[in-house]
Amino acid sequence: MQPLADVISYLENSGIADNIRENDLLFPVIESVHVLAICLVVGSILVVDLRLLGLASTKWAVGRVTRAILPLTWGAFVVAVFSGGLMFISNATKYLGNGFFIAKMVLIGVAGLNMVVFHFVGARDLPKWENQSRPPLRARLAGGLSILLWVALVVCGRWIGFTMRPG
Amino acid sequence: MVDAAILNDFSEWLAATSLSHTVQTAGWIIPALQTIHILCVAVLFSSAVLVDLRIWRLLQPDVPLLDVGRRFLPLIWPVVLILLVTGSLLIVGEPRRSLLNSTFYAKMALLAVALVLTGLLQWSLSSPGFWDRDMGRRVAGRLAATASLLAWCGIIFAGRFIAYTQAG
Repeated sequence: MQPLADVISYLENSGIADNIRENDLLFPVIESVHVLAICLVVGSILVVDLRLLGLASTKWAVGRVTRAILPLTWGAFVVAVFSGGLMFISNATKYLGNGFFIAKMVLIGVAGLNMVVFHFVGARDLPKWENQSRPPLRARLAGGLSILLWVALVVCGRWIGFTMRPG
Repeated sequence: MVDAAILNDFSEWLAATSLSHTVQTAGWIIPALQTIHILCVAVLFSSAVLVDLRIWRLLQPDVPLLDVGRRFLPLIWPVVLILLVTGSLLIVGEPRRSLLNSTFYAKMALLAVALVLTGLLQWSLSSPGFWDRDMGRRVAGRLAATASLLAWCGIIFAGRFIAYTQAG
């Protein structure tokens, strides 16, 4: 892990990290962009999850919904990772010692795993059932699990703010 | 313009109520309310973005605007209600943070703009092709969609900045 620790300490001591720490406006602006991006990620993924659960958008095939929505989700996710990364390097050592931060990173991993498993296993025969208003159990499980994971992720995100700095 | 002294007195009275004491003393209540608040904003913002991008024909251009609007616009109103409840409870817990903060009033003004635009878009759905009849309508529709997007972005920025601009 030493190379990783070196990279983190290099970033934490960089000029960008220094600017984010010192400038009164930079951190709140980056944080607002992060909240905006997370809102779009969570809200758009919820549309897909509710379709998988058969609770909304049922007049559209599952593949149609994912093709329309997921590009937006991914775009917002890239912005969230970038803005989150900037906040992280401004205070990396402290974030790494924060349990809610670690939990948030683990939750992103699990949400990604849930998506990969569904994509390659659960949705292998998608054309067979994508028009059903109520998809099979494995699809409903993936959708329900995704909602729980993203809600938990937002909970951790808000608690990082309360355990790291005032406000 | 409401007198600052009246807002100050009102904030002090609110902060002395037993409900405010409960919110202040149980440390988990404020972040929990904020989490619910943010999740609701996520639903609202994403719904507005999906409709606005459809008006710009950047998303699902082959699906009628009527269908996209019917799926995402009506849900905005009950979610706004949850936002008003959680937002009000946050104010009860920390009245000065918002009531004596101009950022909070900017956020409320932007919310009014966003809700008027949502109502307008929803009303326009009752007449199919409303935004496609001529060049002027197409431009007006895109302007309304852009204004709605900017208003929601402003609401999210203002919401976060309330924490950084609160009176001491």
